[in-house]
Amino acid sequence: MANILHVSSSPHIYTRESVQRIMLTVVIALLPAALGAVYLFGTRALILILVAVATAVGAEALCQKIRGVPVTIRDYSAVVTGILLAFNLPANAPWWMAVIGSVFAIAIVKQLFGGIGYNIWNPALVARAFLLASWPTTMVSNTDYPAPRGGTLSGLTLEGITQATPLQLIKNNIAPVFKQISAYSASEVETARKALDGLAGADYFGSLFWGRVGGVLGETSAALLILGAVLLLVRGYIDWRVPAGYIASVAVLAWIFGGPQGYFTGNVLFHVLSGGLLLGAFFMATDMVTSPVTRQGKWIFAVGCGALTMLIRLKGGYPEGVSYAILLMNTATPLIDSYTKPKIYGGS
Amino acid sequence: MFSTIATFKGGVHPPEAKEASRDKEIKTLELPGKVVLHLQQHIGAPLEAVVEKGAEVKVGTLIARPTGFVSVPLHATISGTVKAVEECLHPAGLNMQAVVIEGNGKDEWEPVPAVAADYSGLSVDELRKRIQEAGIVGLGGAGFPTHVKLSPPAGKTIDTFILNGAECEPYLTADFRQMLERTADLAAGIRIVRRILGCGRVILAVEDNKPEALQALAEKFGEEEGYKVTGVQTKYPQGGEKQLIEALTGRQVPTGGLPMDVGCVVQNVSTVLSIYDAVSRNLPLIEKVVTLTGPAVRNPGNYRVRVGALVEELITRVEGAVPGNLGKAIMGGPMMGLALPSLDVPVLKGTNGLVLLEEPVPVSAHLPCIRCGSCVDTCPIRLMPCELALFAENDRWDKCREYFVKDCIECGSCSYTCPAGRNLVQLIRFGKYKVISEDQRKKK
Repeated sequence: MANILHVSSSPHIYTRESVQRIMLTVVIALLPAALGAVYLFGTRALILILVAVATAVGAEALCQKIRGVPVTIRDYSAVVTGILLAFNLPANAPWWMAVIGSVFAIAIVKQLFGGIGYNIWNPALVARAFLLASWPTTMVSNTDYPAPRGGTLSGLTLEGITQATPLQLIKNNIAPVFKQISAYSASEVETARKALDGLAGADYFGSLFWGRVGGVLGETSAALLILGAVLLLVRGYIDWRVPAGYIASVAVLAWIFGGPQGYFTGNVLFHVLSGGLLLGAFFMATDMVTSPVTRQGKWIFAVGCGALTMLIRLKGGYPEGVSYAILLMNTATPLIDSYTKPKIYGGS
Repeated sequence: MFSTIATFKGGVHPPEAKEASRDKEIKTLELPGKVVLHLQQHIGAPLEAVVEKGAEVKVGTLIARPTGFVSVPLHATISGTVKAVEECLHPAGLNMQAVVIEGNGKDEWEPVPAVAADYSGLSVDELRKRIQEAGIVGLGGAGFPTHVKLSPPAGKTIDTFILNGAECEPYLTADFRQMLERTADLAAGIRIVRRILGCGRVILAVEDNKPEALQALAEKFGEEEGYKVTGVQTKYPQGGEKQLIEALTGRQVPTGGLPMDVGCVVQNVSTVLSIYDAVSRNLPLIEKVVTLTGPAVRNPGNYRVRVGALVEELITRVEGAVPGNLGKAIMGGPMMGLALPSLDVPVLKGTNGLVLLEEPVPVSAHLPCIRCGSCVDTCPIRLMPCELALFAENDRWDKCREYFVKDCIECGSCSYTCPAGRNLVQLIRFGKYKVISEDQRKKK
C-alpha cells in the first residue's frame, strides 16, 4: 500500500470541462462560418484567417514569455481571438492589418490587463475598433468591399444604386430619401422605393441567410453562424439568454423605429440577418470573460447591446453598431454584476 | 420523459459511481484488534475521559462523559484494556485526545438494562435521554448531537419531520443498503422521532436513483395518514438539509437560521436507525455501516464496523481490498469527505464511507477565472462563488461578508463545476472562517 497519500480540501472530484475544451469547441463552432468565408471570398479570406490566428497565438506566447508567466497557448483562447479578428476584416484588407489587429488584441487588450480572464473588453472587438480608427477607408469603405461569390455587395441588382453593404445601403442611400422626399427627383424616389422593396423580398432573405451579400469575412452567412451557435448552445458554453435578449431587442426596436417610412414599419428580418448581429450576438456578446455572470445580468447586458446597436444603426454615424454596442456593454459588465447579485437562499 | 420530481435550485450531476457497492449486502467485519476513540467526535462541548490507562472495559462501557448539554457520551466499542489516553492522529489531520483500547478478542458486553419490548410507555423526555445516553449524533454530516435537534426550544413548532434518504454523495451506498435491509427498524425509528417531535407530517425522501428503497419504504407505510414516501431528483447536494427542505416544502431556512425556524427537522437514515437501537434495545452507538469503495478498491462493499477501528486494519480485514497504487483515501464521499493524511486513523461516529482513489488522483488546475458563471448557476445557496473566491484570495474580508460568505454550506458544487479548476469552495471556506473568527473577536 502507498505510504504517501494526497491530502487536499474537498471536493476530490472535478468535472471534465476545461477552459481548453470550451475554447476548442468555440473554434469548431466558428469553422462553418470560416469555411463559408473561404468559399465566398476565396483564398484571400483563408490567408487573413491563418495570418490572424498565427499572429494571435505567437503574440500570446511572446507576451507570456516576457511577463514570465506560463505559456498557455494550448487553451485555444488566442485562436478564438484570431479567428474573430479576421471575421471582422473585409476580404480586401491587407495581410498586415490582420497582423496589427491580432497583436493589438492579444498584447494590449488581453495580456496587458493580465491575460485570460482579466481583460475588460472583448479583445477582437477592441482591435477592430482600433483598425477602424486607424484605417477607416479600408474598414468602412462604401464601395470597396469585395462582393461574395454568387452575389453582389448589397445583395440587390438595381440600376441607379451604388454598390454598398446592405446596412450602408439603407443608411446612406434609402433612409435620407424618405426623410425629405421633396429634395429628390421622382426617379430617385422611385429607385429608393424599389431598393426598399427589394430588401423586403423573399429572395433577399435567402441571400442574407446563405451569404450572397457583402460584408466582413465572418458576418455574411446567417445559416453558417447559426449552425456553429447551435453547437455552443447544446454544449452549454453560451447562455441562450444573451443571443435571445440581444436579437429580440434588435427585432422589436427595428420594427418600431427601423422603417424609413414611419413607426412600426421596420423590416425586422433585415435588421436581424444583416450586418454583424448574428456574429456578435452568438460569438462575441457571449464571451464569458466580458459579459455578466448572473442570469439577470445577462438579460440586462443583452438588451443593452440590442438597444445600443439599433441606436447606432438608426441614429449614429456608422452603418453598423454591433461592435461598439458590445464594447460599451462590456464596460458596464462589472457594474451589472454587482447590481444583479442573486437573492440568496433564505435571504430577506 | 419530463420529470417534475421535487428538487432544489442549482446543484451538479457528478457521476453517481454507486454500481460497485449498491448490490452488496452489508457484511459484519471481524472485530478490530484495537480501537482509537477520539474525544472530539462531533460538534459541541468537549468530552472528559473517565477511564485511565490500564482500565478494563467492555463493549458499552462509558469512557468519556459530556461537559455540557450540546454533547453526548462516548462508549467503548470493543472489550479489552485501555492502553492510553493520549493525542492520536484524527482524520482531520490534527492530533487530538483519544482513548486507545487494546482488544481482548472476546466481545464482552456491559450488561444492558433490560428493556421492555414495548417502549411506548416511555415519555418523550425519557426517549430523548436514551438518545443522548447512547451517544448519538447526526450521522449524515456535521455531527450535531441528535437529542438537541430533537429538543426544539419553546416557541418553535415542528410540523414536518424529514427522513433524509437522499444519499447524494457519489459512491456511498451505506444508507441505501440499510433502507433495504433494515426497513422495519427504520420505520420504527421514524415513528419514535415523530412521537418526540409531535409533528403531523413525516416525509421520507429518497433520491430517485434508489427505486428499491422507495419501494421498500412505500410498502412499510402504505397509505398511512401523515406519512409520505417521495422520490427526489438525483442531484448533488440533494441531501443537504436546506436543499431537501426547499425541495419538499418550498420553505427556505432563513440565513443564519436552523431548519426548526421553518418548522422542519431532518435526520438521516443511519441516525434514525441508531435512535431505534438506543430506544428499543438500549444500545449505545458503537457500530457504523461504512461503504468501502472507489477505483482503488478491488472488492467494494458495505461493511458494519466498530467505531474507532483503524482504517488500515479495516481495509486488511477485507481480503486483498487495495492494490498498490493508492493515491488518496477519502473519509466520507468525494464531494465533502476528508482526505486522510494516513490510513492510521479511526472510523468516527459520523463516518459513512471510505472512498479510495488511485494514482493519478484528480488535481485542480486553479487557472484564472474566465467568468463563465457555472458556479453562480450551480450554487444551491445562490452565492457568487467566483467573486467570493477572488475576495478571499485578496484578503477582502469586508467584501466576503457583503457577498454572504457565512451562508456557504461548503457543498463544493462550485469547485466541481469550474472549468478553470479553481479552488473556489476552498477559498470561500477560508474566507468564511476568517469572517466568523472576526465576529467572535468582536463579541469578546
